[in-house]
Amino acid sequence: MDNETKREIIMENYRHPTNRKRTDDALYKKVNTNNSSCIDNIDIYVKFKDNIIEDITFEGEACAISISATSIMINNLIGKTKEEALDYIHNFYEMTNGNDYNEELLKEAIVYNDIYKQGNRKTCATLPFRGIEKAIKESIN
Amino acid sequence: MNRDDFPMLNHDIVYFDNSATSLKPVSVIEKMNDYYRNYSANAHRGDYDLSFKVDQEYENTRELVKEFINAKCLEEVVFTSGTTEGLNMIVNGFFANLLEKGDEVLITTSEHASNVLPWFKLVETLGIEVNYIPLDKNYYVTMDNVKKAITNKTKVISLAGITNVIGDKRPIKEITKYAHDNNIFVVVDGAQMVPHIKVDVQDLDIDFLAFSGHKMLGPTGIGVLYGKLELLEHLEPINLGGGMNESFDSPEEVYLKPLPIRLEAGTQNIAGVIGLSEAIKYLNNIGMDNIIKREHDLRNYLIDKLLKIKYIDIINLESDSGIVAFNVNNVFSQDVAYYLNKYNICVRAGSHCAKILKSAVGITNSVRVSLYFYNTFEEIDNLVELLSNYDKIVSEMI
Repeated sequence: MDNETKREIIMENYRHPTNRKRTDDALYKKVNTNNSSCIDNIDIYVKFKDNIIEDITFEGEACAISISATSIMINNLIGKTKEEALDYIHNFYEMTNGNDYNEELLKEAIVYNDIYKQGNRKTCATLPFRGIEKAIKESIN
Repeated sequence: MNRDDFPMLNHDIVYFDNSATSLKPVSVIEKMNDYYRNYSANAHRGDYDLSFKVDQEYENTRELVKEFINAKCLEEVVFTSGTTEGLNMIVNGFFANLLEKGDEVLITTSEHASNVLPWFKLVETLGIEVNYIPLDKNYYVTMDNVKKAITNKTKVISLAGITNVIGDKRPIKEITKYAHDNNIFVVVDGAQMVPHIKVDVQDLDIDFLAFSGHKMLGPTGIGVLYGKLELLEHLEPINLGGGMNESFDSPEEVYLKPLPIRLEAGTQNIAGVIGLSEAIKYLNNIGMDNIIKREHDLRNYLIDKLLKIKYIDIINLESDSGIVAFNVNNVFSQDVAYYLNKYNICVRAGSHCAKILKSAVGITNSVRVSLYFYNTFEEIDNLVELLSNYDKIVSEMI
């Protein structure tokens, strides 16, 4: 994917993110995720139906990378089983650490495939994934 | 101004984050290196020449600090790791033993976390109350508001001398006068004040003052706690151990050394203390009046230029120091900082450790440019040029 396409996908997801809304429905589990070194701060609301992630919404304040990554994450995780989601998250981390990963699985999330070169932005991209990972693991335990 | 003295400025950066920490002149760096290379021994163990030399240098810094802030005596100057430790010592070593349930401490919403959280802890442990002196429309503290906020329960007013987001200077002298007439103590967080303006603790009649070395050209990990002698005598050491005791045979028979050593337990940050002496000499050589004048000139220049950019909102149009906080419309502050970083311009984005300020200002974060005397008009031109192209900001912020 060329840099201009990556930029367009990131900006589109930043400007018009999927499901950016607070959810008060008690069926949703809320997790907060934030970066200690900066000001990104997002609440993620996730609804499980049995083993399936049925819905995810979010609200909060964060940079373009964090917001777009949250939107892309939501687009890709809704409908997945918890195990599939954890596998997706694992592959995302591998990519942001500069390791081998399943490109096909991550779909448009590969727009962040260079981010491992920018230490201060890696935490922005992984922010929503750390939040949802926590929610999924807590729901399993 | 004096740029050749700062090795960091050879790294092709524009450093606009001086409220976070200042750059160090070569004299400070070399002074510390000299200690580590040539007389690296412990202090207060003067049985041999090297250690005696350490004592001399260490205590010479205390003398310089005393003169710098015009303390009455050396006993009033205690070395700490920084403002945070100083404020925690004041709150936990002095006020925790004095305040009682229902007593009130007044702060403001624009205080740094270090002047908020230690007091919040006493709310939990002692049942004191923390209340806020309202800020005016420019986020300033006025005497009127101080007087209105004081109640018959008020025991302490604890304020930054200059704040770290707005950069406003508080009317400390007027506050201490009024507070003392009403038997109220005044604690001053000097982290952003002491590096920028002349502070005379006697003239201001401050009861306690804490500040950091690293924001005033000095090393990290070194700071100063000042207290009026009669108050400091009652400040109980949080740290007990080596160096600060006179003798101990049993729990009932522990005798502590006099001030200020009593409050400096354990091996201190000797290199930091010694390095701080050069920082103070450096500031004295320039002159504090020249420093604040230079900062005002730079700030006014920056503000004039930013005002011409329609999509930039300046948060603190009024300010007494070199701090300018602003936002670019519809761009998250961190993205602005990231964009500027691509051009080696260092600014801070965020809430700047003043997390309760958002309730007063109504915005949670901003881009902060904090200037010091070594910044230049050319650097400001460079910043303004980058901020003058909205499309460029948006296209290069990710």
